[in-house]
Amino acid sequence: MHIVVCIKQVPDSAQIRVHPVTNTIMRQGVPTIINPYDLFAIEEALRLRDKLGGQVTILTMGPPMAEDTLRKALTFGADRAVLLTDRFFAGSDTLATTFALAAAIRKIGDTFGPVDIVFTGKQTIDGDTAQVGPGIAKRLGLTQLTYVSRIADVDGEARTIKVERRAEGGVQELATKMPCLITMLEGTNEIRRGSMNDALRASRAEIVKWSAADAGIEDTAKCGLRGSPTIVKKVFAPSPRATKATMVEPGDATPAEALIAEIFKQQPELESKLMTLARGY
Amino acid sequence: MAEAPKKPAAAGGRAGTKKELPEHFKDYKHVWVFIEQERGVVHPVSWELLGAGRDLANKLGVDLAAVVLGAPGGGVKEAAAEASCYGADLAYIVESDVLTDYRNEPYARAMTELVNTYKPEILLLGATTLGRDLAGAVATTLLTGLTADSTALDVDTDGSLAATRPTFGGSLLCTIYTLNYRPQMATVRPRVMSMPDRVERPLGRLIEHTFTMVEDDVVTKVLSFIADRESDKSSLAYADVVVAGGLGLGSPENFQLVRQLASVLGAEYGCSRPVVQKGWLPAERQIGQTGKTIRPRLYIAAGISGAIQHRVGVEGADLIVAINTDKNAPIFDFAHVGLVTDAVRLLPALTEAFRKRLSASTSERIAS
Ligand SMILES: Cc1cc2nc3c(=O)[nH]c(=O)nc-3n(C[C@H](O)[C@H](O)[C@H](O)COP(=O)(O)OP(=O)(O)OC[C@H]3O[C@@H](n4cnc5c(N)ncnc54)[C@H](O)[C@@H]3O)c2cc1C
Ligand SMILES: Nc1ncnc2c1ncn2[C@@H]1O[C@H](COP(=O)(O)O)[C@@H](O)[C@H]1O
Repeated sequence: MHIVVCIKQVPDSAQIRVHPVTNTIMRQGVPTIINPYDLFAIEEALRLRDKLGGQVTILTMGPPMAEDTLRKALTFGADRAVLLTDRFFAGSDTLATTFALAAAIRKIGDTFGPVDIVFTGKQTIDGDTAQVGPGIAKRLGLTQLTYVSRIADVDGEARTIKVERRAEGGVQELATKMPCLITMLEGTNEIRRGSMNDALRASRAEIVKWSAADAGIEDTAKCGLRGSPTIVKKVFAPSPRATKATMVEPGDATPAEALIAEIFKQQPELESKLMTLARGY
Repeated sequence: MAEAPKKPAAAGGRAGTKKELPEHFKDYKHVWVFIEQERGVVHPVSWELLGAGRDLANKLGVDLAAVVLGAPGGGVKEAAAEASCYGADLAYIVESDVLTDYRNEPYARAMTELVNTYKPEILLLGATTLGRDLAGAVATTLLTGLTADSTALDVDTDGSLAATRPTFGGSLLCTIYTLNYRPQMATVRPRVMSMPDRVERPLGRLIEHTFTMVEDDVVTKVLSFIADRESDKSSLAYADVVVAGGLGLGSPENFQLVRQLASVLGAEYGCSRPVVQKGWLPAERQIGQTGKTIRPRLYIAAGISGAIQHRVGVEGADLIVAINTDKNAPIFDFAHVGLVTDAVRLLPALTEAFRKRLSASTSERIAS
């Protein structure tokens, strides 16, 4: 069983600032982490490997510093890590990202053995689109299994897999064939601590570094900003409401009473609405 | 969609040069909305999108079409007729046994076929688990742009779709264009757009597309569907009154205060994202860009700073009330009513005062 897990290095949440003049995002000095949603994908991949044997390859596309993220993933016990890095990839939107990642996964299959399952996280906390997983699946012609909450059964011989998938209003139980792409739902497992051995191995491990050419990409016009159909035309701050919030200044009344009075002053019909609602309980 | 907005395209970039739309895309016309229906039940986000799609179609002077996929006799035609009452001029439908349950393969194939045959310039889908699963696959197959979780849709002076969404980090929004590809695709989360009024009217045209895929062509089989229990479904998104707490409440125990106020008001309760990340409340209680979008008549936010990702989830509320110790908190930029005070102390008093007020008005009513 060969499993590839796509992870992304992301800035640690809300610590990012935007340059007031140029409106560009200032990533410098912001600590980076593995996209938290991707940890569920890593853990699920490791569990499958531990159960069925085989290997787990971690893949990321990013700047050279994304190597830190890969090394961290190796401490959990992944077998190998591949960093796809090239200036051609700068400015990729999701379509360009999936073009590059799909090429790398093909190359991983050629180099280290055929891939049975590709995992991604549900979404990233910076891009936040949940599109990269489905995009990779389509590009590689893999069966797409999104929002998977449980992998019920994998048969390596028959190359079949059964999963539970979070759908609108319920859970779908699906049976399909490998190779497939799974986007793992959050909260489905807990990332392991990783052994001392793995930590030692990770610190010494050689990270596989591929450029666009190394990954077999000939048409670099499909990468990065040039290969991205979407463009960010402007970044702007939301405008405050035309009328400022009415600030409640409790005079003689208690703050709670003053607040309630202001609420019903602004929305008089709310009072009867609240009465009906409150009675319902 | 730009998965991590780098910077606005500088003049001289594609936006600056305003490259002409390639010739083969020029006959792409009209606005489409994917009507998400399963087992004959249409997800309300579809009607919300028809409202937004109607505005875009009017601005562009084109038609608004509903797209409905499903099993023969599975409510497809009914949904198409209903779409007309929410503003659709016409509907494209595909009825096939392989479309009985949602599966990516046949749905993505049917949608892609429709787009390639009838060529829409804009395609909108709900950002539900189904809509996202489908949109990502369709956009990649068509090699076009897709903006996820848009919070505003507009038409630019040159006729391009301008899709706005929050960007990570700071309190910022960004507007995204798909200039040289068609269709321009966007997803929008439930409750972000307001529900249009329903007006009884017959559907203009119904276009039935023949779909040749058969069950043997589909690799994935649905073994079962376990519907969520009613009790597990939080009705947060559709609640009339919502009370929420943020990190400012300081401890998980203090969320009892939020629950108590909610209970007196007959309200649902929720929270900001860090509260979920800390494990104080389950994920389904999160309000905002990556949680639920709400449009209640009354929203009370206690100890929530009002970051853009939270703001976009609550802006549709009729009345936003903010309680925060910091008079400069961004939430006061979009709240209607504000009170600068310690929420942990205020909430019990507020619960008690509401209880009195509401029971007083109830007995008044009964007396009169
Ligand atoms: C991609 C992405 C998606 C995101 N999605 C969401 C989302 O869906 N929903 C969401 O909410 N956030 C989301 N966020 C996080 C968001 O940016 C903010 O970090 C978050 O909303 C802040 O939560 P908060 O207001 O509870 O905490 P803080 O920002 O820490 O604010 C706490 C507030 O409480 C006030 N306070 C402190 N003590 C008291 C007291 N005793 N009484 C009253 N007030 C007090 C403080 O003045 C402060 O304003 C997202 C971020 C990213 C990057
Ligand atoms: N640059 C990247 N390198 C590797 N994997 C990625 C990258 N970007 C996104 N992914 C994967 O795709 C998932 C969804 O990302 P997104 O579409 O940005 O929400 C993430 O959870 C990752 O598993």
